[in-house]
Amino acid sequence: MHIAIASGKGGTGKTTVAVALARVMGSCVLVDCDVEAPNAHLFLNPDVQNTQDAYVMIPEVDDGKCTGCGECSRVCQFNALAVLGKSVLVFNELCHGCGGCVLACEPKAITEGGRLIGTMQWGKAGNLDFYDAKLRIGEPMSPPLIKALKRQAECLEAKNTILDCPPGTTCPMVEAVGGADYCILVTEPTPFGLHDLNMAYQAVQQMDIPAGVILNRAGMGDDCIQEYCKANGIPILLEIPHSREIAEGYAAGKDILSSMPSLEDGFKKVINTISEGLNNG
Amino acid sequence: MAETGKAKTITIISGKGGTGKTSVTAAFASLAAPVVVADCDVDAANLHLLLSPEVEKSVDFYAMPIARINQDLCVGCGLCNDLCRYDAIVIQDDNYSVDPLACEACLVCKEHCPEQAIYTVERQAGYWFLSQARTGPMVHASLGIAQENSGKLVTEVRKAAADVAEEEKLDLVLVDGPPGIGCAVMASLTGADLVIAVTEATQSGLKDLIRVNDLCNHFKIPIHIIVNKCDLNPEVTQTVRKWAQEAKAPIIGEIPYDTDFTKAMIEAKTIVEYKSSRIGDELKNIWNTVLETMKSIA
Ligand code: SF4
Ligand code: SF4
Repeated sequence: MHIAIASGKGGTGKTTVAVALARVMGSCVLVDCDVEAPNAHLFLNPDVQNTQDAYVMIPEVDDGKCTGCGECSRVCQFNALAVLGKSVLVFNELCHGCGGCVLACEPKAITEGGRLIGTMQWGKAGNLDFYDAKLRIGEPMSPPLIKALKRQAECLEAKNTILDCPPGTTCPMVEAVGGADYCILVTEPTPFGLHDLNMAYQAVQQMDIPAGVILNRAGMGDDCIQEYCKANGIPILLEIPHSREIAEGYAAGKDILSSMPSLEDGFKKVINTISEGLNNG
Repeated sequence: MAETGKAKTITIISGKGGTGKTSVTAAFASLAAPVVVADCDVDAANLHLLLSPEVEKSVDFYAMPIARINQDLCVGCGLCNDLCRYDAIVIQDDNYSVDPLACEACLVCKEHCPEQAIYTVERQAGYWFLSQARTGPMVHASLGIAQENSGKLVTEVRKAAADVAEEEKLDLVLVDGPPGIGCAVMASLTGADLVIAVTEATQSGLKDLIRVNDLCNHFKIPIHIIVNKCDLNPEVTQTVRKWAQEAKAPIIGEIPYDTDFTKAMIEAKTIVEYKSSRIGDELKNIWNTVLETMKSIA
């Protein structure tokens, strides 16, 4: 069972939920796919056993072989190559690593080298297998790193996986949520929360992934989320009460089950509800 | 502020969402009005919920065209699948098609398909809007679900904001930036004269702040810091202060944990418009500091 934890935007409590669910599941794989701001490790203090750099392929041009024909820059859809006389200028940051220029170059002047996009690490946190990655500062594209991390975690082969996904509803989120059996959308009862939930729900619907809501900070705002979920037939799996105690615990790097142990049953129920739903559907 | 020349740009960011960045931006907009505001958090645009802009103009935004396979021409040789590095070719019952969510629009498949069975389709990926809010002109956008190229859309929003500032002779643009440190954030930092990072006094807030600071250093843009929820954990706040001093990133304000931000949001007001509150007063002080700082940035 692969459960993705997403939310239209950050700060709604995604990581809190991901860590709590992983805790109650017992042995499982937790992958922090928020490579722009990975934070789950702060709550788990994993014993990191391995680190590995992740690369995407970028072209390297041999000026000796280049005839200046300009084919490579013609096929590049991302304007990552400019041909000046008989040498080619590569704008590494724009390259998507598609390999099109290599195929297009007749004199075979282009080979591929790696561009570092970030660093992955993994290890154990209790009986959890934990994976995360950090996007290199100045690297614009996070989806290739998310993909590499998910591959590394072989998360789609492990029995139970929790994917802590990046905020938003664009490519990084889609990359992270892709392949999950179920998606939990974490939100809060405010107009911002509702707006973002609506976006995120549309995204998972497009991906054909069943979804439910965990309402964080329940009682802080209004009833807009309950009304929205009712109108759209989305199950609310759990309501986490608004509490200064939880917020203080979070600030100190405590996970939510330590701040409020009574929530454990609720999270267990969430897992059961999802697995029953998946088995029957 | 400066009477002549190009408008100055203040970009408000946060390592991650939910730190109160948009509420702070909205408060600044109220205090600085009339001012141009640009919502560059195009993935999860929220500022319009507080400033209720009236749309005057909407412009289509196109993403990269993506590949499609003409089933009548495809002979199922599988070359496209071999060449595609994004696993975007889907094979089902010997039928080849393109997964639009995985396709990066590199068009390697189109270039090499021996049957010329692959063509491209334009994709309207969203809009950007020029609007009037009660704080002045506002440029904002809505990106279609699961679309990419948010960096490119951010660039369009930023440019439109600079244009409207020039047209209406306003000397300041406030940019509400996206979370994270990826392409959209970089696009929203371009041209910023000052970056204000709103962070939470939490362990993860500090970590995200450090990454955002690295990013601003990378682009050589001065960064100032607002610490939200500063009283949740005095120890962490102290760590943030120490770090900020060492990093030469001045803290220009500390805001205590307060549900007034939420209450104001529910009434679709900025915190300085919402009944008098201590965080409203605090934000006024912070804004004065920002104005002082901007004077010193030539
Ligand atoms: S690998 Fe693709 S994106 Fe990169 S330079 Fe070559 S053609 Fe352009
Ligand atoms: S390369 Fe062209 S003919 Fe071959 S499978 Fe792909 S679309 Fe079909």
